[in-house]
Amino acid sequence: MAWLRWLWRQLTSMRTALILLFLLALASIPGSLFPQRGTSPLKVSQYLRDHPTSGPILDRIHLFDVFASPWFAAIYLLLFISLTGCVLPRAFVHLKELRGLPPEAPRNLSRLPVHVQWETATDVSQTISATQTQWKSKGWRVRVGEDWVSAEKGYSRESGNLLFHLALLVLLLAVGLGSGLGFRGTVIVREGSGFANNVTQYDTFTAGRLYSEAKMPPFSFALKDFRATYQRGGQQNGAARSFTADVDLKATPDSSPQARRVQVNEPLRTQGVTVYLVGHGYSPEFTIKDAKGNIVWQDAAVFLPQDGNFTSIGVVKVPDTVPQLGIQGFFLPTVTTDFSRGPKSTFPAAEDPAVYLSAWSGDLGLDSGLPQSVYRLDTTKMKRIGIEELKPGKSWTLPQGAGTLEFTGYKEWASFSITKDPGKGWALGSAISAIVGLSLSLLIPRRRVWLRMSALSGGGSLCEVAGLSKTEAPGLPAEIAKLALLVKNHTPEVSHVD
Amino acid sequence: MSINETLAQGSNFMVYGSITAFTGAMAAFSISLAKGRRLESLEASASRNTAASHQLRMGSTVTLDKPAVSTSLSDEGDRGEGRRAGNIGMSLTWLGMILLGAGMVLRGLSAHRLPWGNMYEFSLAAGFAVSLAYCFLSLTRDLRWLGLFITIPVLLDLGLAITVLYTESAPLVPALNSYWLAIHVTAAIVCMGAFTVGAAMSALYLVAQHVEDRVAAGLEPGKLGGLASRVPSADRLDLMAYRIHAFMFPIWTFAVIAGAIWAEAAWGRYWGWDPKETWAFITWVIYAAYLHARATVGWRGRKAAFVALAGYGAIMFNYFIVNMYVNGLHSYSGLN
Repeated sequence: MAWLRWLWRQLTSMRTALILLFLLALASIPGSLFPQRGTSPLKVSQYLRDHPTSGPILDRIHLFDVFASPWFAAIYLLLFISLTGCVLPRAFVHLKELRGLPPEAPRNLSRLPVHVQWETATDVSQTISATQTQWKSKGWRVRVGEDWVSAEKGYSRESGNLLFHLALLVLLLAVGLGSGLGFRGTVIVREGSGFANNVTQYDTFTAGRLYSEAKMPPFSFALKDFRATYQRGGQQNGAARSFTADVDLKATPDSSPQARRVQVNEPLRTQGVTVYLVGHGYSPEFTIKDAKGNIVWQDAAVFLPQDGNFTSIGVVKVPDTVPQLGIQGFFLPTVTTDFSRGPKSTFPAAEDPAVYLSAWSGDLGLDSGLPQSVYRLDTTKMKRIGIEELKPGKSWTLPQGAGTLEFTGYKEWASFSITKDPGKGWALGSAISAIVGLSLSLLIPRRRVWLRMSALSGGGSLCEVAGLSKTEAPGLPAEIAKLALLVKNHTPEVSHVD
Repeated sequence: MSINETLAQGSNFMVYGSITAFTGAMAAFSISLAKGRRLESLEASASRNTAASHQLRMGSTVTLDKPAVSTSLSDEGDRGEGRRAGNIGMSLTWLGMILLGAGMVLRGLSAHRLPWGNMYEFSLAAGFAVSLAYCFLSLTRDLRWLGLFITIPVLLDLGLAITVLYTESAPLVPALNSYWLAIHVTAAIVCMGAFTVGAAMSALYLVAQHVEDRVAAGLEPGKLGGLASRVPSADRLDLMAYRIHAFMFPIWTFAVIAGAIWAEAAWGRYWGWDPKETWAFITWVIYAAYLHARATVGWRGRKAAFVALAGYGAIMFNYFIVNMYVNGLHSYSGLN
């Protein structure tokens, strides 16, 4: 028992809290230097590929998910236990103080940091009661004795301090609860297509441990139009200036569609879910016919941008021809041909688009049972049959009688991040409370002031006013002086009492 | 919207003018510091520090006829020959700040937006915030002794801005196009400015404390004695540094939370451990540790001052290293 108590005392001491704070700061650093799974999973796998020996070791000590690691959790949980252990007892003491009265006036006021005294002939009890009324009216909590007045102010310093620490606890709970009860997914939607909020429709989807799919709000939307504008000319030529997605939203399956606009910084909020516009790109449209002229593929294929000028790559897989057909290609929104380096895109807007395609024939490998990326062609069992450059509206007769391919045009696509975080409101509320508490606790000094009357041997009394603050209180002497002046107005100074 | 090139050019002239003014201010402050002496001797400061507890040092006698109270802490420097140079430095600092402010306004007008959209503009704003914090504080107290330690970082900042960080005036990238830019980034700039002043005071405190400890121990003041004898006493510097940090900490908290609210609207989560967020958090934790350290026996004084400097180090790391070398969502430096 004794050592448990010792351990608790150590844990809740300020020194331990300080060390834990330093550890917390230190432990966060690797999270900013190594790629993190939470924010950039692709970079993590890249890092693991590039560092086959050190990578797995770093992974084992959780350096790629620092903020979800057991050692990071250990630090903040210890810190919060330490904080609770420190704050709870203080809260009880403070509650008692809030209901109680200030302590009695000390015997010797002249020892206090701010002190003033004068001799007066005014009656003691009259002075005491006048002082009590006046100081009370200035917002001080006053206690009186026979020949003394004791007053205290600035209780909100400790209230603020407790509020701040309590708010941090609530914030931690809100963050945990929000991630446990929420979900987060991303989806790419082409112009003219739609999205219905269902787990199967997402490209990526992660949900908290406490989240149930049954609670998915059943909204849907169709992307009518996506527009991006870019800087023309100057040092920042091609830099994006605006992104706008116009959607038709159906809040529930039965409601009629509503025109809504989603922009960066202006997400769409519906049914407790928030829809963010996070990215965009091009999807060239192709019509592919087999040798007999039957349409075997007709759609807009999502191509993924590779650089700031939206050089985009993508594939088309046609499984229904024999042999199967695969198209791999580049989409360049504004094409410029450079003799040394070949064609490249020089501007992100589709001013002069072109596609550069290579056609593959053979086995797409779709039946192997292994999951395949829709953006990559597995060419191990395929043979390249030809390459071609096409402008919109142009057709390509595929070699070896594989049919024809027409590049009919392009559509834009937008990617959306769709999230639900029920802890959000609590987190914001506690964060605001934390600031309020912090400001009170740092800017308001807790201070005490006393008045003591003592009889002088020659008649009359000595009137003393003194004050004290345990913390930095720059204005204390001036404040005490004002309070003393209030008293002095009623108890005029007499230089020689006879 | 197009860029008004004349205004953008005018902005550059103002910035160069302000650099010239700050350079003059730095020279004047150096002269002032070299010639100035504070009233209280090092020996007196040292003995006062060892004899009296901190609380008693606040001691004062209240004179009731004049409620304005004199404290025993009025040991400002620069009373001698250095005074004139100090005044010139002060005036030039004001001039530099005004020119820099004009440069920022013109830059904003040229692009029809708030002038803190990339690292160049942010650096101008940070330099402005530092000099503004300094000039503002100097209105109510004599801070000429601090001028050199303010103009040096401001000049370094502006020098980097015009050489390494310079970016042509241009409209904003869409992610920055939000009224939160005005709230979050302004709060962050103000904090950077005031924490720079706070860090300068904490660093000078360490110098003064070192020298006063030597003197109290009967040693020679040493190499830093010259500097220590020209700035306020250690206890006073410590108190001033604390007040700035304590005042700024809630504002820094606000800046981080405003950023979280903006991140919620822009990126779909209020906190995602983006490198910039991580370092803002680290800075917050270190300054929180500083405030706790100052109230903990055994950490008060020198150790606490080192913690404050570590907090400033985190701010600098976040600003330079994270912006320029670490990829994250806050990649708005405008540099490639």
